[in-house]
Amino acid sequence: MSVFSDPTNRDVYVTGFLWILKLTLASSVCALVLGTLLAAMRVSPVPVLRGFGAAWVNIFRNTPLTLIVFFCYFGLYSTLGFTTSNDLELNNYWLGVVGLSVYTAAFVCEAIRSGINTVPAGQAEAARAIGMTFRQTLTSIVLPQAGRAVIAPLGSIFIALAKNATIVGTIGLMESSNAMKQLINDNGNAVFAIFFVFAGTFAVVLIPTGYGFGWLADRLAVKR
Amino acid sequence: MSTDAVLYDHPGPRARARNRILTVVFGVLLLALLYWIYSKFDDKGQWAVALWKPFTEASTWTGAILPGLKNTLAAALVAMVLSLAFGVIFAVGRLSDHWWLRLPSGVVVEFFRAVPLLLMMFFIFFGIPFVTEEPMSNFWAVVIALTLYNGSVLAEAFRAGVRAVPIGQSEAAYAIGMRKGQVMSQILIPQAARAMLPVIVSQLVVLVKDTALGYIISYSELLQLGVNNLAANFGNVLQASIVAAIIYIAINATLTAAASWLARRTRRSGRVARPATGRSVLVGVGGAGGEAGAGA
Amino acid sequence: MRITRLAATFGAMALVLAGAACGGSSDKAGGSGSGGGASGIVGKAAGGKLTFGVKADQPGLGLQTGSTYTGFDIEISKIIAKGLGVPESGITWKTTVSANREAYIQQGQVDVVVATYTINDARKQKVNFAGPYYVAGQDLLVPVNSTITGPESLTGKKVCSVSGSTPAKRIQTDHKDAQLQQFDSYSKCVTALAGGQVDAVTTDDIILAGYASQPQYAGKFKVVGKPFSTEPYGIGVKKDDTAGCNKINDILKAAATDGSYKKAWEDTLGKSGKPAPELDTSKLTNCS
Repeated sequence: MSVFSDPTNRDVYVTGFLWILKLTLASSVCALVLGTLLAAMRVSPVPVLRGFGAAWVNIFRNTPLTLIVFFCYFGLYSTLGFTTSNDLELNNYWLGVVGLSVYTAAFVCEAIRSGINTVPAGQAEAARAIGMTFRQTLTSIVLPQAGRAVIAPLGSIFIALAKNATIVGTIGLMESSNAMKQLINDNGNAVFAIFFVFAGTFAVVLIPTGYGFGWLADRLAVKR
Repeated sequence: MSTDAVLYDHPGPRARARNRILTVVFGVLLLALLYWIYSKFDDKGQWAVALWKPFTEASTWTGAILPGLKNTLAAALVAMVLSLAFGVIFAVGRLSDHWWLRLPSGVVVEFFRAVPLLLMMFFIFFGIPFVTEEPMSNFWAVVIALTLYNGSVLAEAFRAGVRAVPIGQSEAAYAIGMRKGQVMSQILIPQAARAMLPVIVSQLVVLVKDTALGYIISYSELLQLGVNNLAANFGNVLQASIVAAIIYIAINATLTAAASWLARRTRRSGRVARPATGRSVLVGVGGAGGEAGAGA
Repeated sequence: MRITRLAATFGAMALVLAGAACGGSSDKAGGSGSGGGASGIVGKAAGGKLTFGVKADQPGLGLQTGSTYTGFDIEISKIIAKGLGVPESGITWKTTVSANREAYIQQGQVDVVVATYTINDARKQKVNFAGPYYVAGQDLLVPVNSTITGPESLTGKKVCSVSGSTPAKRIQTDHKDAQLQQFDSYSKCVTALAGGQVDAVTTDDIILAGYASQPQYAGKFKVVGKPFSTEPYGIGVKKDDTAGCNKINDILKAAATDGSYKKAWEDTLGKSGKPAPELDTSKLTNCS
């Protein structure tokens, strides 16, 4: 553990996890909004919207995140000129958020769609019978019920997102995987200590989070 | 009218007009976006023939992309087989009646599910050699990391599947004198595997995509050979990435299509216990793989 | 009945898997059978075959295009092979990356490594170095109209290098006021430089010269020409192969005088406009 008594090394470790935290928080909000929108598109009466949603899911869900993050740098930033900051790290951070969000949104969309599937047909039929429109049916009747059913899958998606945030390291952000690699390079003798501290941090945060989502899902489940 | 129209009324004249307007507006916006992207690419010279021409030459495919693809598929295939085995073994372990089996299996599965794959690969490739004093082959570093992670996720899928099998199944099996091992291997696991097929397949898709992380530890897979090497030759990072992405999408779409064909077949054979929830808002969505963890 | 049911399930899964993959199961099946330490490369060369570990993604030095390799390191390898009596047809090229060069030599996956391989003490513990055949230095690649004149003018600039590499580390420690962009390969750095996302790329001057001389970047970049480190490139062989190491040094000495070294340069990196360097034979290692 002597590696982590050195303040420089501790700094590398803390900075790494702070990036992961920020990436996860920003991307989960974006992905949730975007994913819900996509799910609404996929069940909407307009074929073009349905097609767009389906295309999004099939493209982003089937492409490695590493490639998506590259596209954010070399496509979105280099070619399309999208940039948020003159500060290199901050710019890479936001590019990472975009990449993680569009990727995770595809999974959120599918989770919500299968959540919608758990809502009995009678609910929507009753809503329509009293004259509700598609938007009203979806937002007031179906989504609130579906929302409860998707808590567990959304939980595992967000946990995966936190782990996937390490991939933003491929465009140079010094997040925890790069931090770990750097520490291992500099302190080859303490490989196990370094790995168990980094892996342990993820485990200590993510395992209880997983159980938390499970508990929440149980509590809020629609009893039928 | 298709069955998935439970959410909205059969459109009347006004709704049809509104849908048409939405279609046109959204379509125009989409086309405008695509055109903007196209022209930006054009501005930056990304459509230049020199950047795309390599992909029309056989040597690009035989010398870089196909060998890379072969290594990607080799790692994916070996890791798939090992993950499925790992998943079944640890699912059975977690369901065991003995705490000394249940506890360690649980710890292993929970730990490897929580650790990012990239950290795992770094550790196996750069860390283990410090201890064994033997160099680590990057092929096995990729495969072992993929197996530990995806195997743990699959273990949870199998476990959930086994628990979802109606209790009557195992009671009946015990009643005709089957032992615990037989009930598990002949009654519960086969039904669980079939019921969880969508989840298993979407995890396998995740696994295929995750092989892409192998290039970070210099495993010569599709990204290493098909993107890095080609870009070193022709300076076409973006173009090479687009081609690689299309290949990944094709592989994974095929895998998903094969799985849904398989699911339809097994459903027709009538052996899967259907959940008794009755008709639902959407028909034919069937949770198609949405639940599984969104891997890299 | 039971068996068929179980078999059907796993058979079905196997089908899914088989549908996804048509390739072989492993690419690492062979290896060349390690452990032939005593024979050394001189003995191996007598059989008319040698395996060279080279870089595959560094234009001008070691670049794989399709199945052929080109570059200065490749030409040096050919000189060595020739000196050992191995015909060009007896050479097997194998791609190595910075992370696995020592391992490949130790395992016997390659016989000789010529791959922008800096001689240093840590590596000397594991392999034996002949050479150096070239002394590189960390430098900067910038657009032709750039105002950057050397490492001292990097303040506030964006500099790109490969993550975890020695040049990247040197920027982090010695030039903290520069912003460091890290990628996994230099080709991405150079792409970012071409697009204007970074102001400079830094690594050994010879590698930079290789990129600058590529046709797609012709006339766009220049190497600043103020190296701020010394990187003697060596030729790696097995730790206990002193005879082989000495033999390679003799071959290099001969190449320095008979003009084949100069030709190797002019056929490859010379195209960047950089004149052929002098091979200083007095600096060759003693192979101990």
